Amino acid sequence: MLIRKLALAGAFALSATTAMAACSFENDVEVKTLSAGFEAWKAVTDAMAECGNVQAELDQEFRTKQPAAFAANPSLYAVGGVSNGTITPLLNEGTIRPLDDLVEKYGQNLSPNQLIRVDGQVMAIAMMVNTQHMMYRSDIFEELGLDAPVTYDDVLDAAAAIQEAGVVDYPLGATMQSGWNLAQDFNNMFLGYGGTFYNEDSTPAVNSEAGLKALETMKALTEYMDPEYLISDSTYVQQQFQQGKIAMANLWGSRGGAMDDPAESQVVGKVGSSAAPIAEEGNAPATTLWWDGIVIAKNITDEEADAAFRVAMEGLDSEMVQANNGAAIWLVSGYEPNDMAMGAIATATADPAPVSYPSTSQMGLMHTAIGNELDAFFTGGRSAEETLAAIEESYTSAAKEAGLLQ
Amino acid sequence: MKFKTFAMFVGPSVFLMLLFIAFPLITVLINSFQVTQPVFTTQEIETCTPGFLTQTCTTEVKTIPVLGDDGSPITTTQWVGLSSYANVLGGDRFTRALADLNMGAILQIDFWKALRFTLTFTLVTLPFVLGLGLAIAVVVNNATKAVKGPVIFISLLPFIITPVIGALSIRWLFYGDGILTVWLELWFDTDLSIAANGWAVEFLMMFYRIWHVAPFAFVIFYAGLQTVNQDTLESAIIDGASRWERLRFVVIPHLMPLIVFITLIHLMDAYRAFEEVIGFSSESQRITLQYLTYDYLRPDDAGNRQISSASASAMLTMIGVVILLAAPLRRTWRDHRG
Repeated sequence: MLIRKLALAGAFALSATTAMAACSFENDVEVKTLSAGFEAWKAVTDAMAECGNVQAELDQEFRTKQPAAFAANPSLYAVGGVSNGTITPLLNEGTIRPLDDLVEKYGQNLSPNQLIRVDGQVMAIAMMVNTQHMMYRSDIFEELGLDAPVTYDDVLDAAAAIQEAGVVDYPLGATMQSGWNLAQDFNNMFLGYGGTFYNEDSTPAVNSEAGLKALETMKALTEYMDPEYLISDSTYVQQQFQQGKIAMANLWGSRGGAMDDPAESQVVGKVGSSAAPIAEEGNAPATTLWWDGIVIAKNITDEEADAAFRVAMEGLDSEMVQANNGAAIWLVSGYEPNDMAMGAIATATADPAPVSYPSTSQMGLMHTAIGNELDAFFTGGRSAEETLAAIEESYTSAAKEAGLLQ
Repeated sequence: MKFKTFAMFVGPSVFLMLLFIAFPLITVLINSFQVTQPVFTTQEIETCTPGFLTQTCTTEVKTIPVLGDDGSPITTTQWVGLSSYANVLGGDRFTRALADLNMGAILQIDFWKALRFTLTFTLVTLPFVLGLGLAIAVVVNNATKAVKGPVIFISLLPFIITPVIGALSIRWLFYGDGILTVWLELWFDTDLSIAANGWAVEFLMMFYRIWHVAPFAFVIFYAGLQTVNQDTLESAIIDGASRWERLRFVVIPHLMPLIVFITLIHLMDAYRAFEEVIGFSSESQRITLQYLTYDYLRPDDAGNRQISSASASAMLTMIGVVILLAAPLRRTWRDHRG
């Protein structure tokens, strides 16, 4: 018995070594990576690790750690996983290097769509797009004779019908956890109503018609949600969906795959997806486009950068994508979109298309100000006008301290 | 003791206090009067972002920091006087609300909101911690020897548990479809949403703090009870004093220095409450002063952090602790001098 177990263990060990061989070269330079911790990053860093000498750190607090870690000399990590929202401090502080020569050397398999150029130089390699899509329980919608919602008015109508039928605890779910999530939900709606966050001279502009409409719609939506929506983040909404407690949610595309995971979900095959709803006729879907990708630190030697980039290319090859097709909407060749990805793809290719998240120094301050001040509106203490005025004041004082406003 | 011996014993401690407490404190104080900003410039930048099939490139004017020769942003530091303090206190919004005598508007400013909650939290939990701690100590002291050990162990458990884990376990009992919420819902036949109700969250946070700290008071009181003069107690019994009178006139006066000690420690700890906000995710309903400082320090997505405001907020928190501690400290000082 013991011998059989040992033999089995040996076989596993052997298969592990064959997995090593999936990398086309043997990496002998130590490469450290720091990225977010969601499924797609796990897939990519596992594929990178096949080349050997790769230490991957997957941490949801990466956005706090990255700027300081990359500013160190030598940098604490060679490869960083970023999104269009978190690349800003790295670009601003000049802690990542242009990748043009490395792309020329090793990037034959990259499509032009993946090269993120800032001022003509390639600064990052994108691997996936992420955006919100409307996920809904297709079985309930069919039963009640509802169509997939196109606008937020449709969402409200459908929510009322579902409430009436009483088939789920709450018709709607939303990522409205106080802070970053709540602010991002507002941003989506605000852009959906055609708002702009700040003027050219960095003064705030959220106290506008679009701001009022966005708050009004959000408040109307909360009527159909679990009253504890101010603690609900993406994972919470995903679980509500998986446990059959909600029937609709405008959720990140990267969360779609979990709906059909039989180990977690009670609603396998019952969730459909469509484009993120439109807030106002003629406008783009009320959401923002995001990409996730890799950057290479500036404060490392050229040899290290060379090895880091080669390893990263191994992590972003079609082999990896084919093995993890459902984990994200990949930009890498070899990706076959599944049904669940259709909603997010419809969002991204809508006409007019949603803008990508406007990542700037001003937007960072604005995002924080919105996150801090919206609470009082939703817990009932403050009117929409007062809340928007408070956001502007909060932004102004932070912008003065940051030196963006005089 | 000779001065030299005294100095050799105290020296290392004084040195470490200066290094790890006084020096950082001075830095924070200086930071609260200074603002360090990068030098910004505006530049037209073309940024390309991938769509699903093709890229879209946009050219826009972006405000970016100027990089120096060493590759890091150039910064300037200015003295700004009390402006960061004014900022934390609410600036124009505060003066406007004050002029209108509008209490509601004042309490919507983060600092005052945090101060209101922190003070209530500190002062409401204090009598419960003292009372509960004393009650447990008296009960344990009167328990038979056989059960004393296990009872002491069980009473100490809440104090041993890691604070965040303790807060989370109470949160899981009540938030969402927590076991206790489901029971309460069945019992009263209603639909409860604890996390959506500010006062319910506030109550849970206080409940958690009392549950967590009472064992500390218990241990101190229990030790104190061992030193109560048995002769005095016996003569009180002979004088016909009831159990309550013995507690009131013999035990409590004997424990008074310990009560003051626990009050001091609790005021200090509770005023700096932080883990409750994280454990109960109460940011939308209730925040504490310590959390406010943390919130200023946390970098946003663009990497910006409000260090000056955070320092000012930290200094204000410290001043608050000093004011709170003044009364009990004066008392100890007086007792000390006899």
